[in-house]
Amino acid sequence: MQPILEIDQLEAGVQGKQILKGISLKIYPGEMHAIMGPNGSGKSTLASILAGRDGYEIIRGRVLYQGRNLLELSPEDRAREGVFLAFQYPVEIPGVNSAYFLKAALNEVRKYRGMPELDAIEFLALVKEKIKLLDLDEELLKRPVNVGFSGGEKKRNEVLQMAVLEPRLAVLDETDSGLDIDALKIVANGVNCLRKPDNAQLVITHYQRLLDHIVPDKVHVLVDGRIVMSAGKELALELESKGYDWIVREAKRVN
Amino acid sequence: MSANVPNIDQLVRSEYKYGFVSEIDTDSLPPGINEEVIREISARKGEPQFLLEWRLKAYRHWTTLKEPHWAKAVYPPIDYQAISYYAAPRSKARYSSMDEVDPELLKTFEKLGIPLSERARLAGVAVDAVMDSVSVATTFQKELEQYGIIFCSFSEAVRNHPDLVEKYLGSVVPYTDNFFASLNSAVFSDGSFCYIPKGVRCPMELSTYFRINAAKTGQFERTLIVADEGSRVSYLEGCTAPIRDENQLHAAVVELVALEGAEIKYSTVQNWYPGDREGRGGIYNFVTKRGVCKGRRSKISWTQVETGSAITWKYPSCVLLGEESVGEFYSVAVTNNRQQADTGTKMIHIGRNTRSTIVSKGISAGEGQNSYRGLVVMKKSAANARNFSQCDSLLIGDRCGAHTFPWIQVMNPTATVEHEATTSKIGEDQIFYCNQRGISRQDAVNMIVNGFCKEVFRELPMEFAVEAQKLLSVTLEGSVG
Amino acid sequence: MNSISTIPDADAAEAPHFGAVRTAFQQYESQTRAAGEPDWLASLRRRQLTRFLAAGYPTRRDEDWRHTSLDAVVSMPFALASSAGPDGRIVQLLEGSAFSSVSGQRLVFVNGHLIPELSRAVRSSDGVYVAGFASAVQEKSEILRARLTADSEDGSDGSLGALNLAFAREGAVVIVPANTVLDEPIVLVFVSFPQTAGERTHVRNVIMTGPNSRATVIEHYIGLGTESAVTSSVTELHAGQGAVFEHLKLQDESNSVFHLATLRARLESSSKVSCHSFALGSRLSRQNVLATLAGEGIEAVFNGLYLGDADRLIDHYLSVDHAAAGCASHEFFNGVLDDKATGVFYGRIRVRQHAQKTDAKQTNKNLLLSDDAAVHTRPQLEIYADDVKCTHGATIGQLDPEGLFYLRSRGLPVATARRMLIHAFAGEIIERVWCGAARDVLNRLVWDRVERTRHVSASEQ
Repeated sequence: MQPILEIDQLEAGVQGKQILKGISLKIYPGEMHAIMGPNGSGKSTLASILAGRDGYEIIRGRVLYQGRNLLELSPEDRAREGVFLAFQYPVEIPGVNSAYFLKAALNEVRKYRGMPELDAIEFLALVKEKIKLLDLDEELLKRPVNVGFSGGEKKRNEVLQMAVLEPRLAVLDETDSGLDIDALKIVANGVNCLRKPDNAQLVITHYQRLLDHIVPDKVHVLVDGRIVMSAGKELALELESKGYDWIVREAKRVN
Repeated sequence: MSANVPNIDQLVRSEYKYGFVSEIDTDSLPPGINEEVIREISARKGEPQFLLEWRLKAYRHWTTLKEPHWAKAVYPPIDYQAISYYAAPRSKARYSSMDEVDPELLKTFEKLGIPLSERARLAGVAVDAVMDSVSVATTFQKELEQYGIIFCSFSEAVRNHPDLVEKYLGSVVPYTDNFFASLNSAVFSDGSFCYIPKGVRCPMELSTYFRINAAKTGQFERTLIVADEGSRVSYLEGCTAPIRDENQLHAAVVELVALEGAEIKYSTVQNWYPGDREGRGGIYNFVTKRGVCKGRRSKISWTQVETGSAITWKYPSCVLLGEESVGEFYSVAVTNNRQQADTGTKMIHIGRNTRSTIVSKGISAGEGQNSYRGLVVMKKSAANARNFSQCDSLLIGDRCGAHTFPWIQVMNPTATVEHEATTSKIGEDQIFYCNQRGISRQDAVNMIVNGFCKEVFRELPMEFAVEAQKLLSVTLEGSVG
Repeated sequence: MNSISTIPDADAAEAPHFGAVRTAFQQYESQTRAAGEPDWLASLRRRQLTRFLAAGYPTRRDEDWRHTSLDAVVSMPFALASSAGPDGRIVQLLEGSAFSSVSGQRLVFVNGHLIPELSRAVRSSDGVYVAGFASAVQEKSEILRARLTADSEDGSDGSLGALNLAFAREGAVVIVPANTVLDEPIVLVFVSFPQTAGERTHVRNVIMTGPNSRATVIEHYIGLGTESAVTSSVTELHAGQGAVFEHLKLQDESNSVFHLATLRARLESSSKVSCHSFALGSRLSRQNVLATLAGEGIEAVFNGLYLGDADRLIDHYLSVDHAAAGCASHEFFNGVLDDKATGVFYGRIRVRQHAQKTDAKQTNKNLLLSDDAAVHTRPQLEIYADDVKCTHGATIGQLDPEGLFYLRSRGLPVATARRMLIHAFAGEIIERVWCGAARDVLNRLVWDRVERTRHVSASEQ
């Protein structure tokens, strides 16, 4: 079976500073992987590179998405191909209405996939269904994108967008940061609802607590730009009880 | 407000503590200006021909100019023929050691907190002391020579390094620049000169202390600082003057040149005599200060604390020519009583990726008028240039004024300019909160004002920052009611 | 007519182009006399002409005109525009124009002449007066005499204001009595359709809203044809105590027209006034907004949007005078400049010594979309009172790269993402319009313009 995402010996940096020092990873359909690691280990850099944010230099290695070179695609083409990044800090866009924005995005994705565009009524029906599924507030749609949203609302809005756009690969960048337990549950519930046999999810997180609610197939530990350990979900629990220090020491000894 | 709180008028009467007059025999020219006066100044200083000619060109140009009045300042007409354009403490032309300096002169500077004698001089700060129109002493010259640093009075530089002077004099502020710069170019008598050679980080703070002493004279000094490639220097300037009923004109010019990778930090604590409560006397401080970041990645940073002078009219500016060069302007201007300040900066972005920051804090008290006037220009060539300006005004009392006049011109679509300004007063609730915690009204005001100015004080060298804070409290003493 | 003031003769030093102005005035004066215009107005016009001749056109040496040159206006022939009548093209233009769907009273002017056939004005029982300037000077002679004399005497409208009143043939006069609420906006449409180069149109509008009244007036300037022309417009607004009033101006003239306009507003205590300026058209436009907050407790909003493409120059000049305590004024001006367009903004807030508790806020934001576009902005605060809250800000730059990336990461093409952000930027201004019908119209209009913006897919670097 072809992996949805295959990262092969990826080295990358920003402004001449190397951050990722050789990452390899394969995610198959139906899988959810978690990447954990201390601050500054390169987690968010990886997420940004997958989504195509400007300013990162690829030093070597490759990233294949469903067998295609992901790195040569523009951010919007990645999105249309089904790569979705839930941002750690969703940007506020004053003046752009959420519903309008989401409809435009959805129709771009549908157009790309050869599906008919939805009109306003069809779109609203779809969104309302997703909102119900995720237990969100419809009011969100009436407001400008992320403007005046609380931290929790922003993250929930990301999950809503994910639900509407139905990506093949979802990358959740620290989606749990800054959430209280109730918000965390809502987000986790959303992510779980969207898990399907033909898609994949990559959850990037610093803490184990999200993994109480979302159960990954694999956990990778990223330290100083390298994956120093990969194991099943029990690794997350070990990290929770022991912290990162032992694994950092372990990694140093190996190198 | 309770009755035992002193009111504005009681508190305003703070003394200007640098207002004494020194009994020093002065050699000065009679008042008036004409070509003969200029030839006489040049002759007394034994200047080379090129400099005399430059002065004369400047004078002839000046006679074609009109005194500018666009600044927000009101003052009676200045009679340029009533000013003496040259005054110098009468003594030996040069001293071979500090022991030869007129003890009264040394005493004067000592009183100002600037000891010049070998024993007592300030640690880590080289000082060029300028009294009226001439430099009287420069400390630490020998130490600096080891690094190849030239730090001397302008006259000395003309004698010993005429090539450098000829190359850079007027290269940033040409003699045609403006009315007061032209006048200065014609009659300037002394000032400081500084050259930092390639790759040298100046090991100590360089400083010029300006003192006006003589009556009925103007002070027209000129400072030129050249930082060669990859060098660094931090420069301080301080000024005071005696209390006199008349207004005295101070029209200085400062030129800075930063070559590739060089960094110049220029700090001023300006405390010229501000005049009395009724606005009698005080210095007209009409100064042209400009630096050019000539080379790539060069940087010029202006920091000023303006507490003195009856009228301040100055805009320390940066011409950002070199790619990735950086200009900064940090300013605190305080006006109390009848003081007027019209100050700000110009940031002219020419090179790509140039950046500038402007932080201006204006404090108006009494009947003071404080204006920020700034120009930010992004030329067509200034791709990806950035400017950020923050201008805040604080009003204390209801008879003062605070004004903000920024001007932004952008000709490049990749440039970004942000300007923000606020005007507010010290809140009664803030003061009450401090009172309630046992802090007096005046201390509370000082505390709030210092907090307001923090961003700027942070930019000052340590010793100066402390001095500036003290100065601010003195200037604002009694401004609260 | 011995009470009428005289115009001084030309001396040798007078600029030669004033000859045409004098000639035009003589002809115009004989027409207005024949039409029976009151003496006070004839006299006022003469004084204004004298004022103009003494001062001349503003030049770039004038501090307030540093970035805007009127050389083209000065060198154009000086001929007063004649009416183009209810021509079929004009009817068609009006039918497709922005506010055609907005019901309510409407006056239509073509080249500064009122066209009753295209207008819809009714004498309603509520006492609201909507009429052309020429008839109003007869019917409301005393009111207008007082108003116009007071307004022109202070000279704040400059020499262009003087020239305007000297030649103002028409305009709208709107008088809303006290305690009257108007549900529908009054729409004034000014069509310029120059027949020969250099035609001049001068309109003078007077709007007076009584205490505690509520009304909306829309001024819409559009045009046909390609001949160069000058539209001069002055609107005098007087909002009474406690009045709620919205003024909306949409300037969308054709590319050959020079549009020189002033809105002068005097607001009385507790009034709540919103003035919007949407400047989308003309080759060169200058909009002055001169406001005096004369009483306490006023809430005023001055709101503007300028979209420039081609080689347009769009200049807004604002002066808001807080002359009384406890007022709030907010000024928001956003500009989008494309191609070789230039945006100019000058905004002054002045807070007088006794105007304590003033809350004034001013922002000017600009987007530059092309290499040749330029912006000059001068937001200014002049404050003489201490217990105030005043801020101003100006930004010039590009679309937020983070926002752009966010939109792209959701699949939107760069061009769409950019348009969306430009529209949102413009939308900030449109949102402040109270009148719902007008807001919708503007949203559509601005969206269409943004769609046409050429440099939306400019590189991201």
